Amino acid sequence: MTSEVLTKYPEVGRDSLIPILQDIQDVEGWLSEESLSEVGRHLNLPVSKIYGVATFYNQFRFQPKGKYHVQICRGTACHVLGSSNVQKKLEQLLKVKADETTKDGKFSLEVVACIGACGLAPVISVNGKFHAKVTPDSIKKIIKSYKSKKDD
Amino acid sequence: MTITVNDKIVEAKANETVLDVLTREGIKVPTLCHLKDMLPTGACRMCVVEDMDSGNLITSCSSTAYDGLNIKTHSPRVTESRKMITELLLSNHPDDCLYCVRNMNCELQNLSNDLCVTERRISGLKNKLPIDRTSASIIRDPEKCILCGRCVRVCEEVMDVACIDFVGRGNKTIVSTAFHNGLNVTSCINCGQCIAVCPTGALTEQNHFTEIKEALQDKTKTVVIQYAPAITVSIAEEFGMPYGEDVNGIMNAAIRKMGFDYVFDTSFGADLTIMEESAELVDRVLNGGKLPLITSCCPGWVKYAEQTAPDFIDNLSSCKSPAQMQGAITKSHFANTQNIKHEDIYSVSIMPCTAKKFEAQRKEMTQNGISDIDAVLTTREFVKLIKMYGIDLISLNPEIADNPLGTRSSAGKLFGATGGVAEAAIRTAYHRITGEDLIEFKIPALRCLKGRKETKVKIGDLELGVAVVNGMSNARELLDEIRNGRDDIHFIEIMACPGGCVGGGGQPINLDPEAVRKRMLTLYDIDNKDSIKASHNNPYIQKLYRDFLGEPLSEISHKLLHTHYEKRDVIL
Repeated sequence: MTSEVLTKYPEVGRDSLIPILQDIQDVEGWLSEESLSEVGRHLNLPVSKIYGVATFYNQFRFQPKGKYHVQICRGTACHVLGSSNVQKKLEQLLKVKADETTKDGKFSLEVVACIGACGLAPVISVNGKFHAKVTPDSIKKIIKSYKSKKDD
Repeated sequence: MTITVNDKIVEAKANETVLDVLTREGIKVPTLCHLKDMLPTGACRMCVVEDMDSGNLITSCSSTAYDGLNIKTHSPRVTESRKMITELLLSNHPDDCLYCVRNMNCELQNLSNDLCVTERRISGLKNKLPIDRTSASIIRDPEKCILCGRCVRVCEEVMDVACIDFVGRGNKTIVSTAFHNGLNVTSCINCGQCIAVCPTGALTEQNHFTEIKEALQDKTKTVVIQYAPAITVSIAEEFGMPYGEDVNGIMNAAIRKMGFDYVFDTSFGADLTIMEESAELVDRVLNGGKLPLITSCCPGWVKYAEQTAPDFIDNLSSCKSPAQMQGAITKSHFANTQNIKHEDIYSVSIMPCTAKKFEAQRKEMTQNGISDIDAVLTTREFVKLIKMYGIDLISLNPEIADNPLGTRSSAGKLFGATGGVAEAAIRTAYHRITGEDLIEFKIPALRCLKGRKETKVKIGDLELGVAVVNGMSNARELLDEIRNGRDDIHFIEIMACPGGCVGGGGQPINLDPEAVRKRMLTLYDIDNKDSIKASHNNPYIQKLYRDFLGEPLSEISHKLLHTHYEKRDVIL
């Protein structure tokens, strides 16, 4: 799939790196080692340089998204209302850190700046569905409900 | 043009950096990220000086001097700022100086001492990061990294490798490989130039002290050591002697004092390499083989070729490096003549190089599963070993190396400097073609520290095109020219490290370019004075061919002294 993305960028230079990475992430959901190697060959750039650039930006992920992609808002309103404890609890429950995916591939955790739902703070979003006014306690139930969900 | 420095008028040249002016004026301005002859980055802010007109602190390494500039180099504001930066760098630095390999030789430690940092005022969050020990040559300890970026720049700009870069952002930034992979699977060529420029102990070499000490204790083992041509001219400075002084004799004595059974000189192996390689060159030139022939002495370059320039693998000489040839002869012919079992020999080499550690463990460098070389010491480690064994080097009487693998020609000795292999090869190739020795041995065009040198040598009717490059970026340029059709070069010497082995990544840590130059000059001096100036005139080389190898490129030579290289898959 990376190679298909790259066909859209014939004869470009290193200044096209970020748009290419964004495109790949759009298509594949994340940036794999293989993808970055391919981009490196295409742009004649060492992979370490590409990885350096990509890790500079929060928008790129280096693990595939889980079946349930959990975004936790760490914007001002959510922070004031205790989202840092929610994040801690989430990391503890899922046994992953921010921007990681659980080993079974079920959950991935992403920290986002503000999802624009300050009235619902603290808020998390699971595959785009918002859960309002979450607490370390309520988050447990929410995660449990997704864990026990049958394939839909 | 003049500038004012600390209220004194000082001459400055156009396009000169403020730092250059200050250095010339004998004013020491501390730097942590600056590297001579490379573009400044101004990353560490240690070299700031106070601009008395604007009132700003400016980085002297990246500011160009201009007429009328008025600066103070050690005003209270400047020294406070430098001290603060040092304290901030120390705030998350491990407190293990006593156990650090760079203790007493650390730029951060020195700065902290010079700036009178006597207490920990700022305590930062320590970053807990794993040490990367995956490489056969290099250990990376990110906790000791101060993010100066020297290693990143050397790796990319000088070595054309770029296997490390800044990863992450803000206070989470670290120097790492792509996807935090171990160095062993990256494009790292093990040259060790990153270690040579690292101001702290974040980059060091893998060491084998324990194994070597055990072998020295083991009565059943015959412990053999060999030292590369560059070593004898590189350790003097570590014992308070001038740069580049040749201490071959007392070094031999010191090695014997440590308990090594045989002391050999890798320059003998270099002579052997020249016998084989010049035969290969003459064969390829006269019989239409693949040209240009490119040297394969440098394990950094060899790995670079395998992974980055596989289209040149057929151009590589099939010769093993001098150290490996010497190792192979030690564990075959030498062992047989001394009635020692091959597996009872423990073979150590002292190399100015970290990539030799990688080379020694390559599967190609074994006979029936036994490594030709068991342990490799860098120059730095050898110096440590001398001190560890309590040997007062200066008080020793000079001794000579053991034969048969200890007598060399000065051509073999020249291997230590960039251009030396080419000179040595030409001497013997000339003899092989014409049956006579060169009248003038010296080839001045190949004798300097420049990154790239070329010359033409007349051998009978043949005009031999010779190119010498050091630093992989220079090699890449030359290889690109050949890819684009250049065909007037027959022989190329490629060394990864700037200046060749005298500037190797295993040499004493010293950013003073004068050290490298002096080592090179001593090698030339040895070549001027020695009577045996060509490898084929080394009597012990002649004897080895008479008694054992037969002819260069013979079947047994091929078995022991030659190898082949293949494309290598790494993360590029």
